[in-house]
Amino acid sequence: MSMSPVEGVALAEVESGGDADAPKEEKGFVGRSPGQLAWLRLRGDRTAMVSGALLVFFVLVALSAPLIELLYGIGPSDQFQHKLDRFGMPLGYAGGVSGDHFFGLEPGLGRDIFIRLVYGLRTSLLIAFAAAVITAVLGIALGALAGYLGGWLDAVINWVTDLVLAMPFLIIALALTPTLTLRFYGERDAVSPAFGVGVLIAVFAIFGWTSTARLVRGQVIALREREFVEAAKASGAGLGHMLFRQLLPNIWAPILVSFSLAVPQFITSEAALSFIGVGLTEETPSFGRMIYQSLVYLQTDPAFVFFPGVAIFALVFAFNLFGDALRDALDPKSSR
Amino acid sequence: MDRPESAPSGEPDRPAVPEQRAGDPYLRVSDLRVRFDTADGVVRAVDGVSFAVERGRTLGIVGESGSGKSVTSLAVLGLHDPKRTTITGEISVGGRQLVGQPDEEVRRLRGRDMAMIFQDPLSALHPYYTVGRQIAEAYRVHHPRVSRREARRRAVDMLGRVGIPQPGRRFDQYPHEFSGGMRQRVVIAMALVNDPDLLIADEPTTALDVTVQAQILDLLADLQAEFHSAIIMITHDLGVVSQVADEVLVMYGGRAVEHGSVEQVLRRPQHPYTWGLLSSVPSLHGDADADLVPIRGNPPSLINLPAGCAFHPRCRYADRNGDRSRAQVPELRPAGAPGHLVACHLSADDRTRLYAEDIAHVGVAR
Amino acid sequence: MSVGDEPLLRVRGLGKHFPVRSGPRGRGLVRAVDGLDFDVRAGETLGLVGESGCGKTTTGRMLVRLLEPTAGSIEFAGRDITHAGRRELRPLRQDLQIIFQDPYASLNPRHTVGRIIAMPLLVNGIDPPGGVKARVRELLELVGLNPEHYNRYPHEFSGGQRQRIGIARALALRPKLIVADEPVSALDVSIQAQVVNLLRDLQRDLGLAFVFIAHDLAVVRHFCQRVAVMYLGRIVEIGDRDDIYERPQHPYTRALLSAVPDVTTLGPAGRIRLAGDVPTPLNPPSGCRFRTRCWKARDICAAEEPPLVPRDGGNQATACHFPESGPAGAGSGPAGAAPAAAGTGASVEEVSR
Repeated sequence: MSMSPVEGVALAEVESGGDADAPKEEKGFVGRSPGQLAWLRLRGDRTAMVSGALLVFFVLVALSAPLIELLYGIGPSDQFQHKLDRFGMPLGYAGGVSGDHFFGLEPGLGRDIFIRLVYGLRTSLLIAFAAAVITAVLGIALGALAGYLGGWLDAVINWVTDLVLAMPFLIIALALTPTLTLRFYGERDAVSPAFGVGVLIAVFAIFGWTSTARLVRGQVIALREREFVEAAKASGAGLGHMLFRQLLPNIWAPILVSFSLAVPQFITSEAALSFIGVGLTEETPSFGRMIYQSLVYLQTDPAFVFFPGVAIFALVFAFNLFGDALRDALDPKSSR
Repeated sequence: MDRPESAPSGEPDRPAVPEQRAGDPYLRVSDLRVRFDTADGVVRAVDGVSFAVERGRTLGIVGESGSGKSVTSLAVLGLHDPKRTTITGEISVGGRQLVGQPDEEVRRLRGRDMAMIFQDPLSALHPYYTVGRQIAEAYRVHHPRVSRREARRRAVDMLGRVGIPQPGRRFDQYPHEFSGGMRQRVVIAMALVNDPDLLIADEPTTALDVTVQAQILDLLADLQAEFHSAIIMITHDLGVVSQVADEVLVMYGGRAVEHGSVEQVLRRPQHPYTWGLLSSVPSLHGDADADLVPIRGNPPSLINLPAGCAFHPRCRYADRNGDRSRAQVPELRPAGAPGHLVACHLSADDRTRLYAEDIAHVGVAR
Repeated sequence: MSVGDEPLLRVRGLGKHFPVRSGPRGRGLVRAVDGLDFDVRAGETLGLVGESGCGKTTTGRMLVRLLEPTAGSIEFAGRDITHAGRRELRPLRQDLQIIFQDPYASLNPRHTVGRIIAMPLLVNGIDPPGGVKARVRELLELVGLNPEHYNRYPHEFSGGQRQRIGIARALALRPKLIVADEPVSALDVSIQAQVVNLLRDLQRDLGLAFVFIAHDLAVVRHFCQRVAVMYLGRIVEIGDRDDIYERPQHPYTRALLSAVPDVTTLGPAGRIRLAGDVPTPLNPPSGCRFRTRCWKARDICAAEEPPLVPRDGGNQATACHFPESGPAGAGSGPAGAAPAAAGTGASVEEVSR
């Protein structure tokens, strides 16, 4: 919402009115940290709660995939050729949806879509979370050092950041993945699924840290001149104290937000890479590969496109909604 | 601006004004209440404030942060967001009612009949336009038929009037090329370009150095003598008030607590809050080794104002009237001398005696 | 330890020059602070006053070594700390602390008050007798806050209370000298007096020496025993409080004092009107830096920089070719020289661009 500068002045005057939230003196009050206040705001936000619950659900499903397989009685690689017609299309309505196969069967191989989605979720979340964690750690370390120390180190890190940003992600990913695979496996060898996952995470990590580094660097530079940082410096604090005690606690909020928005980005990137055939091997269940395979059957078996499509949409949407809500909760001024 | 225009070229199109009787104050504010709805609750930023300013006179509004002094002035100018703000009471400028008028009506008055000077001259000026263009623009908004050349001449004239040397040359410079004091002069020139009858200055010198502050205060006084405008000077600095004001309104927690001539309020103050302000301000005169007598506690929050007299938790004399200070909001009542009003539960005798015993010999109150 | 006249802090020729890019070509040198000499004895309060851009804040930061001096020397308790490294400074940090202006920016919003106040102890690996927590409570009590509030966060306090927290933090190491950089100017009027009184009590009770940086001359008068007036990076006058306020000798000091709006006088009193603003330190006037705004300026003022020398063998030193005499307010104002002042005023505008 836009606010005239004057309005801002007036509001600031109102808000600065002394102990607006000064707690009552008695009853052994324990201070509420800014983090706790953000949590309270988050809890009051219905969008955040719904999307958060959805995310928790997705994560639980992904974690308990083997358990679900056990209960469901069907594995991700099991084929049900006998339930396909002679053109390889699943028998029955809506792509073979039935009590045995909740979301029907894949045309051609006849694998169960539901359990492949469950495992695909696992793959997607694993890749996205791992990549997001690695990029965050890299970005925080490089950004904080560059921002706090400045000088030649800042120049070098900035230069590397620009270099990485200038590299075309898709082309390099396309070129790098097969080359790497060839390097470790022969022309004919079966590539292990774990290796494919690892390569994807590595590619994301190499390209993904720049935005976090930039963000952290900017925040650190802004904080560096703040008086509480100078107070610590004037008391003789060393680099470790400055970075970990004074600076980083103040930039967790934007880092968290960028993390929560990076995860869905990696999910879609993984899907996109799998879609164009780089990345994961055939037998690894993944959203991207499923959608890629399903496109052939868009006319004949739309249900095959529908279920993975809805799943990835719901996942990414929930992540993005939650990320935005988190941003508002951590920085209430940005939403005004 | 593309609104229908009927006034002759060059003449400001003043709508038919109810004839103002001589001696009537130019600005009259009665029982003004301003409320904001915020996530944390309703903020009663201004709660029943009344005052009047005649042309050629200066009213000083004194208060701390959160006292409602700035909100009051913004309400007069109609600058509050109507979606978040509820304003009741009466504001009459030159005989015209403002409260409840459509935005467009108030906007026409703003800048032409009344203008504002803000604390921070840098944020009041647009960095990408030359100062001259901004002043000329401000003129043309209310004089749409005026040629660019004429507007430029007017702007250069104003720059000269506010004491900017070589105004013709400085017309084409950008705000960053001016020093802080010169920028505030530009802002004043912009505020005065339409010859407003009411000038509201919100902490106009707080961001400036003392020697520059003295220049700006002198300038405002000179311009007032020349333009015969009514001025509202909003400030936290009693020193500034003592220099420029004819009348003083002391605000606390969104209410007026004392109102009178500058002589009355600063020399024979009646409210314990005013006493506190006077005895806590360090001075260049008197005993430098004596301790200042501060007001205890902190200014209140407007969301959670103390019941009764808002000042009672900080008042040394709150207990003298039993529970009245805590239970009952004191009304602004005559305090002896004509025109002197105070909102305090203490009896007139008590106030006179306490002032003489406790306050009169301390700090700058002497 | 140091008995007699040995000062706690001895500053000689202190300067800070910032390189800046000026205009499209060439680099300039901003002489933010230039050739400062002053001493602070143990338990003494020295006020540094001046308008914005006079270098008082830069000086304060150099004293606690947040900024590296580019010229001159700082001696603290007999040791040269001008370019001492972090490790060498460590033992001295305990004796030398700083209080900041902005009560909102000077406390880490993510730390509890207890952690903020204990920070200097932790950073220096000091375990006070009775433990850190006991010391924090003691400090909170000392600055007039409820000792039970140590686990609250800064945003739960008002501006004045926050400034008290900043003071408690500076006291944590039991320093001998505190640099206070505009400690009350961001506070509400009614709160300023509380904090000034607190600082006065602490100064008296703990025997602290202060370098008190402020633009508010009235506050400085109530806190400092000695006062140094700065203009454009130099000290123009230094002396005992009463000398500076009652018998100022430098025209700038007189102008500054007369410009302060004082509640004790109603209406525009006989102020000395200084023309123009402070010139830019990028290109300060030759000779006496104040000459462009001075009503007494003559040719010699442009040619020769007046040295800061004591007159009449007293404590009061003034850097002026034509020092004033007599009490403040009396003597030669600019009245007689008004045309000259107006004339130079125009040239000031040029410079201040």
